[in-house]
Amino acid sequence: MPMDQQLIRNFSIIAHIDHGKSTLADRILQLTETVSAREMRDQLLDSMELERERGITIKAQAVRVQWKGHELNLIDTPGHVDFTYEVSRSLQACEGALLVVDAAQGIEAQTLANAYLAIENDLEIVPVVNKIDLPQADPDAASAEVADLIGDAADNVLRISAKTGQGVDAVLDAIVERIPAPAGDPTAPPRALIFDSSYDQYRGVVAFVRVVDGVLRAREQLRAMALGTRFEAQEIGFMSPAMRPVEELQAGEVGYVVTGLKDVSELRVGDTLTGEKRPAAAPLPGYKEVKPMVFAGLFPTDSDDYPELRDALEKLKLNDAALFYEPETSQALGFGFRCGFLGLLHMEIVRERLEREFDLDLLVTAPNVAYRVKPLNEEWVEVHTPADLPDAFDEVEEPYIRASIIVPKEHVGAVMELCNDRRGKFDHLEYLSEQRVHLTYELPLGEIVLDFYDQLKSRTRGYASFDYDLAGFRAGNLARVDILVAGEPVDALSLIVHRDFAYERGKMLVEKLREEIPRQMFDVAIQAAIGARIIARETVKARRKDVLAKCYGGDITRKRKLLEKQKAGKKRMKQVGGVEVPQEAFLAVLNLNDGAKR
Amino acid sequence: MSTTGARHLYVHLPFCASRCGYCDFVTVVGRDGEHERYVTALLGELELERDLLAPRLETLYLGGGTPTLIRPDELERLLASLPTADEVTIEANPETVTRDLAALLAQNRVDRVSIGAQSFHMHLLDVLERRSRPESVRRAVHRLRDAGIGNISIDLIYGIPGQEPAHLERDLAEALALEPEHVSAYELEAKPGTRFAHAHGAELVRQADAMESYFEHVVETLTGAGYRWYETANFCRRPEYAGGRDLRARHNLGYWLGHDYLGLGVGAVSTIENRRWRNAPSLARYTATLAAGERPARELEELPPPVRASERLMLGLRLDEPLALDGLEDALDEPGLDRLADAGLAVRNGGMLALTRRGRFLGGGVTARLLA
Repeated sequence: MPMDQQLIRNFSIIAHIDHGKSTLADRILQLTETVSAREMRDQLLDSMELERERGITIKAQAVRVQWKGHELNLIDTPGHVDFTYEVSRSLQACEGALLVVDAAQGIEAQTLANAYLAIENDLEIVPVVNKIDLPQADPDAASAEVADLIGDAADNVLRISAKTGQGVDAVLDAIVERIPAPAGDPTAPPRALIFDSSYDQYRGVVAFVRVVDGVLRAREQLRAMALGTRFEAQEIGFMSPAMRPVEELQAGEVGYVVTGLKDVSELRVGDTLTGEKRPAAAPLPGYKEVKPMVFAGLFPTDSDDYPELRDALEKLKLNDAALFYEPETSQALGFGFRCGFLGLLHMEIVRERLEREFDLDLLVTAPNVAYRVKPLNEEWVEVHTPADLPDAFDEVEEPYIRASIIVPKEHVGAVMELCNDRRGKFDHLEYLSEQRVHLTYELPLGEIVLDFYDQLKSRTRGYASFDYDLAGFRAGNLARVDILVAGEPVDALSLIVHRDFAYERGKMLVEKLREEIPRQMFDVAIQAAIGARIIARETVKARRKDVLAKCYGGDITRKRKLLEKQKAGKKRMKQVGGVEVPQEAFLAVLNLNDGAKR
Repeated sequence: MSTTGARHLYVHLPFCASRCGYCDFVTVVGRDGEHERYVTALLGELELERDLLAPRLETLYLGGGTPTLIRPDELERLLASLPTADEVTIEANPETVTRDLAALLAQNRVDRVSIGAQSFHMHLLDVLERRSRPESVRRAVHRLRDAGIGNISIDLIYGIPGQEPAHLERDLAEALALEPEHVSAYELEAKPGTRFAHAHGAELVRQADAMESYFEHVVETLTGAGYRWYETANFCRRPEYAGGRDLRARHNLGYWLGHDYLGLGVGAVSTIENRRWRNAPSLARYTATLAAGERPARELEELPPPVRASERLMLGLRLDEPLALDGLEDALDEPGLDRLADAGLAVRNGGMLALTRRGRFLGGGVTARLLA
């Protein structure tokens, strides 16, 4: 029986990490009897092991629940800045959103970013203050902040405890009452927005869709309008929370399509599905290809593991279309891959999955951003690794972000100092309440990728919250700093920095390397250079003695084993210009700011 | 390696008056009453293993512990019962060398005595927990000379916590003043797990940089005084200052040249052909097992030819004479050797490999890079 669009509500929950999004989702599933108490597992929607451990949601999913004669589709959104594009696609699939704020913490930077996204998408926002059962909760203050943010009356803010279940039924009622029903054209050619996809090793790519117009039917020929991929809908259905196949999904409904495609890159989030028989004239708006902005080299610690790393990346890519990789050969680190990520968390997740799910020992180089460069008399190219920046060029551009930082007012000075140190351009300062300040800055992404977030946390004693979105490429006065060990450039240690900081960074890096490179049998020069000009130098002094003092009849086995161990240790080092460089040294740039006053 | 039997015999005498903090040998403090039983056990083990020995021994070495601490009648019984050899060495703590002991040794074929002097500074001896005093070293040397012992070695330790360059200088001068035929100079190693490492480890790390030059200083002083730096930590008077005698320690030379050797006693190690074994360290079990006419408990290690080849390389490079590479090709890391040669640390000449002077100071690291 076709479902009347008037009885459908599609909504997301947007919240800062730990403000209780997953707990609220669990409670909704319970209260609507979508899952029995016996089936209940905390944070049911976060299915990946890593997500559960980190308490964050990486891949969005959708669950259908029934409430008082209505069909409610809860579309889960990823909770992190790196996945802003996925969040925006999820929001586009909805007519409304629950904005959840912790009653003790108030609004955080991520709450703001996602709330703005929801407002941009014309969603009806249902404000919710959660965790009112906590002793330190201040529901009045939190309600006032939220009401102020979305321009609503504080009385309209729902006060709940997802943990105890208090107030959750009122949330469901509000979804029905306040969020508008979908308003697509059920008779038009079908158009369905892909807001997420996953990979099933038996069934191929599964697309999660919101049908906007028309009807999607099982076994129908479908086409992804932006990429042009064609396939047969092998099965369609909805999640509740398990997959429930149906014959058709109608305008306004949310569900999944089993495509049988073997490669996630053939189907992109944001694309529009239509029917081959009666295709729509134009796709839904808003599709864009997400481009990785943060890059790092991934090398197997043991070079024999290279094929395993390649296979693992291939498998990861199957359900992570945003992951980019290409083979990279470093003279220092051997064979590996240059990988591109949406951001730092994405990088961390990929690395952890490679180590955990594929049992690989990895060396990850210091991350850098993508640069656009115009070599002398040539066309613009994008550079993903500092060593590839040519010595001479007409212009170079680096990506910028708009950073949004919320911080108690006593830490504003520290945050501004940090942002200024990182070439930030002040944009805006606003008091959210008497205590809390919202700051916006424009910053080069390259200044963020190493340790900005750690610095921000430590300088504000953990109180700052931070979010950003990309603001495009801008020209920069940048230079490539090379590191030479014993006169030989080490590609994996090159970095691109603003010329004003080149001398300071180069000096810090060679000092750090002097500590990391053990003394050898001869003096080793460590130099930083821009082109042919040396800007800093340190020397690792040669060892003067290295002997095993005594070796008589009773000692021989032990001494032999000692030498074998030393020998094995040497094997793990990389030879650069005859110098044995431990792998840790290649990460020196990561810790550049340790102890340095910045 | 020899198919006609080992020509080097080591006998371990574990008894000590007290245990020095830095020592990691198998030692037993006190238990004077057990000397007789232990000597009996040693001779019992000798009988069980006699077939492994060559008819004529090149060297016999009594080490410890403090071999000279054993009851004189038992020491005499032991020396009288052990097979004779071209060189018979005993280790002695200076304070144990009485006129009677010196005479006993000389009368029982001992012709070489290695004296554990370690330092001539009272406060450094205290740090090492040695019971001897600086004057007891001098007295011991004179008594041994008076008894007719013509080959005396003095052990020195440098790198002692609190040891200043001037202290090392004076230790070397004091030792040289006694005109020993042989000097062993070891850098102190604070082996993990010893009481000493626990008490002084941090201090040793702190002074490591300052002490880097001590090894060079030891080598320069001793070679300048007419001694041959023939092994990493061992020096002997040059033949031209010794009536033409080759004063290298023949027993230890056997180890460094990769010869077979038989070891008797608790914790003693033997290496014969492709096997090495270490007697278990428990004194009580050692004597009890041998009293029952059985071999002591042993830890056995197989030494396949590649391992023995590695050891030949490791040991041979400690010596000042070039090492013949014949048969060691597989143990050698050729590219490693090329790099070391380029760095001026090793020289290959035909089938011979030698370390340069700087290479010898870095012998440990050099060897680690030369091993395949």
